[in-house]
Formats: sequence, C-alpha cells, structure tokens
Amino acid sequence: MKKSTNVTAQRNNRWALLGIKAMVGVVVLILIALLGDILITGLPHVSWHFLTSPSKDFGAGGGIANQLFNSIYILVLTLLISCPIALGAGIYLSEFARPNFLTSVIRTIIEVLSSLPSIVIGLFGYLILVIKFQFDFSIFSGAIAVMLVNLPLLTRNTEEALHAVPQTQREAGWALGLSKWRTISRIILPAAIPGLVTGVILSAGRIFGEAAALIYTAGQSAPLISYTNWNPFSPTSFLNPMRPAETLAVHIWKLNTDGITPDATQISSGASAVLIIVILIIILGSRWLGSYLYRKMGGTKS
Amino acid sequence: MTKQSTSPLLRTRDVHLYYGEKEALHGINLDFNQHEITALIGPSGCGKSTYLRCLNRMNDLAGNVTITGSFELDGQDIYRPQQDVVELRKLVGMVFQQPNPFPFSVFDNVAYGMRVQGITDKKVLTERVESSLRQAAVWDEVKDQLNKNALAFSGGQQQRICIARLLAVQPEVILLDEPTSALDPISSAKIEETLQDIKTDYTIIIVTHSMQQASRISDKTAFMLNGDLIEYGKTKKLFLNPEKEATSDYLNGKFG
Repeated sequence: MKKSTNVTAQRNNRWALLGIKAMVGVVVLILIALLGDILITGLPHVSWHFLTSPSKDFGAGGGIANQLFNSIYILVLTLLISCPIALGAGIYLSEFARPNFLTSVIRTIIEVLSSLPSIVIGLFGYLILVIKFQFDFSIFSGAIAVMLVNLPLLTRNTEEALHAVPQTQREAGWALGLSKWRTISRIILPAAIPGLVTGVILSAGRIFGEAAALIYTAGQSAPLISYTNWNPFSPTSFLNPMRPAETLAVHIWKLNTDGITPDATQISSGASAVLIIVILIIILGSRWLGSYLYRKMGGTKS
Repeated sequence: MTKQSTSPLLRTRDVHLYYGEKEALHGINLDFNQHEITALIGPSGCGKSTYLRCLNRMNDLAGNVTITGSFELDGQDIYRPQQDVVELRKLVGMVFQQPNPFPFSVFDNVAYGMRVQGITDKKVLTERVESSLRQAAVWDEVKDQLNKNALAFSGGQQQRICIARLLAVQPEVILLDEPTSALDPISSAKIEETLQDIKTDYTIIIVTHSMQQASRISDKTAFMLNGDLIEYGKTKKLFLNPEKEATSDYLNGKFG
C-alpha cells in the first residue's frame, strides 16, 4: 500500500516537472523567436550612416540619429525628475509609514497608477501639459508623461530595496545612538544601493522603449536640430527641452502606420534592432553594476 | 566611578509595558549593580527581551507601546522629557541576537560610533579601534584585515566585532539580548570569556535562553515568567536553592 502511493507520488512529481519545463520552453522559444526575428531582419540595415544621419520625410536613405538622441534625452530627463521623487516616496513607505488606513490608500493608488495603460497617461499629458499648460509637443511634456508611467514602479522598487535591508541593521544604528534619519541616510541607503541601482536601470529600459505615452506629448516630428548649438533656449539646439522630439519607439510606430518613404520597412526594422540592442545593453549593465556594487558594499553572497 | 555596589547604578521600579491594550510587563522592580553581570532568564515570551529594551529606550521606536514606572541611571530618570536619547544610548549600549555589523570594513564598523560623536582625529580613532577590538578578544583574528568587510567574517567574529563597536563608544551599561543563541558553542564560549574579561569596567545585563550560560557567567540572576519578575538574587543561591516553586520547576526543566 505504502509502496504504491510512493510510486504514484514519484510519477506525479515527474509529470509536474515535465509540465513546468515545457512551459519554460514555450516562454524561451517565443522570446528567442521574437528577438531573433527583430535582429535578423533589422541588423543588416544598421550602419554608421544609419545611426548618424537624420531621418527623411519623403526620399529613401534616412537615418535615426535625432530619434536616438531624443530617446536618450527623454530618458535622462525622466530619470532626473523621477529618481528623487521615487526615492523620497519609497523612503517614506518603507521607513516611516505606519500600517494604517492612509498608508494602504497610498499603496492602492500607486498600484492603480502602475497598471494604468500608458496611452491613457499620454492622452492625459496631451490635455494637461500640451494644451492646458501650453508646454506644446516637447521633450519636457514627454518626460513628465513618461515619469507618470515610471514613477509607481520605481517607487515600489525603492520601497522593496529598502525593505530588503534587514531590520537588525536599523537596530544596530539606533543602539549606537543614531537618529532615525541618520540611520536611514548613513546605513540603510548605502546598504540598499545595489537594489536601488538595479531598479533605476530596469526602469530606464522601460522608459527607453516607451511609445504610447510619448506620441501625444513629445510629438511625432523630429525637426532638424544642430548638435553644435549649445544654447538650450534656441529652437534648433539639441539641448532645448521645449522642442518637439520624436523618439525611436515613436518613430517605429510612425513608420509603420503612415510612413511614406520607400524604405520605411527597412528603417523600421533597423530602428527596432537598435532599440532592442540598447535595452539589452541597459539590462546587462544593470546586472553587472548591481552585482559589482553588491560586492563593493561587502555582500559575500551572490 | 569610585563608588562600589553600595547603591545600584541602574534602578527600575514598577515597570509596566503595554502593547496597545495588552499588558506585557506587570510591574518589574530590578536593581543592577556596577561591574556585575546580571542574567535575565525565563521561557520565551516572558518579557525579558521587552524589559531589556526599555533600558536603552529601544521600545520608543516600536510604536504603539506605552511604558510606565521609573528608570534611574546614576539617579537620573532616563525617561524624563529632556533626556537626550542619543546620549542615553551612548551610556547604555546593546548587542543583539543576530550579529549585525554594518556592511563596511571592520575599522569603519568599530569607528562608527566615535565618528557619530564627532571624533575625527585619526590617531584617537586608530587607538581606540585597536583597544576595543582587543577588549572584545577579536583583535588577533582581525588585525591584519581591518579593511576587510565585517560581513566576510564568521558569525562569532561578527558578534565580537559588534561588541567592540559598542565598547568603542565607552558605555557604562551593556545590554545583551541573547548574544550567543545564533552562534556555535566555541564562539559562544569566546563571547562568555569576553564578558568575564570586560565586566570589571562595565555593568552587564544579559538576556539568555541558556540556564547554563546564566549560571556560568552571571553574578545575579532574575527569573521572569509571563511578564512578572518571579525571583531575583545571587546566581548561586537562585540556582542551588530557589525560593519560589516556579523557579525551581523552570530550572528543573518542568516547563519552558
């Protein structure tokens, strides 16, 4: 009797394991197929000329230089705005918030915000930032909209990174006579840096690939800009945050919906490959930086 | 510091502690003499750690905790409104169950408390780091690796580094909350030795699960049960000839 249940248990175990492995296989296959398709069709169109020349509206042979730069500019601006806010909110939620009604309302709001479709945030940004506050289609409007997409996730990540620092570290600080704030700023934050950095870089990947929130905020045109004009108030300066700026992801969307250049498909494939590669670099970079910082901060495991 | 144990260094009277509505300590009266080791024993949940954490006001940070009664250190009420908690924790240091060194180098760990106090003189820091590590009996094991991360050492070494970090601040009272329960027997023995060595300079209060440990190292022992102090006296007397039946039952392993 006992033996037969054992045999059944073992067989069930084998089947369950097989099932799980099959699921993993499906996920991996889909990912490899997608990535492979994008890279194989796209990479042949990527050249130095492609990366460094501006796009063309009508004729063939345009590049993606401005779109690539715009994506990076929006990325930097968004991170500059959202990191301090997410850090502050994360510190509050992890270190100060008592478990009460108000805190649970805040957490629920953050969760709702993080599951909001980004096209909704894009249209909201269009109505509020572009129309109401008259920031027009601009890098600034785009950065604010993407920040709204990114903030809930980054806040959540910050909170979790801080929460992962053992309570014993806080007690050690308090017992040495450190104030609560000093314990946070001098012990908890340094200890959480690897987790914080990983979160920031992963969200950088999301921002870089964001399109829907930017279509109606940063705009769909990439006017010619000069990379030698360092005056951020000049409309043709690459630094001007108030100029319309089509990003790489928006460019891909645009080419595929109403691209009229003869080589729209090729440019779109090339741009997709570049986008994927940049995001891969960002993600691998986060892995490396995270574990490097972890080792440097003294973790022995990992 | 010339006065000898005629009057206790730390005196607590009628200590009640409430978590919200629930009363966890029902009026504890305990005195601690200078340069003695006092052990607090009792089954899990009897309130010994909770009581210990009142003595450096660690419970202040827990939230929803109400504490009544009097706590006098050197005749001063440590719960008086103008009491600087930072100053108090400098006088009353604490070592925890889990070794909790900061993720910095050994040197920075031990120097941390001094730096917080504003000591920046490299010579003073270096000297006191060495003397603290020597006092904590871990100097020989770490002296060539002071720049190595404290977390890279064994649990027992980490715990002694934590003790050194505490000694560097030169407290009067040292609270230990089951400091060896996460350690192997050899490391535990070293910690016990360390405590014996430093007791001439400090007043030590240790919460422990191990009755053997209490009997080995302490001068006095307090037995607590369900938030009450059952019996308090010289360790030898309490272990060999307890007055209360509950004490004798606990010591004989009838419960707990």
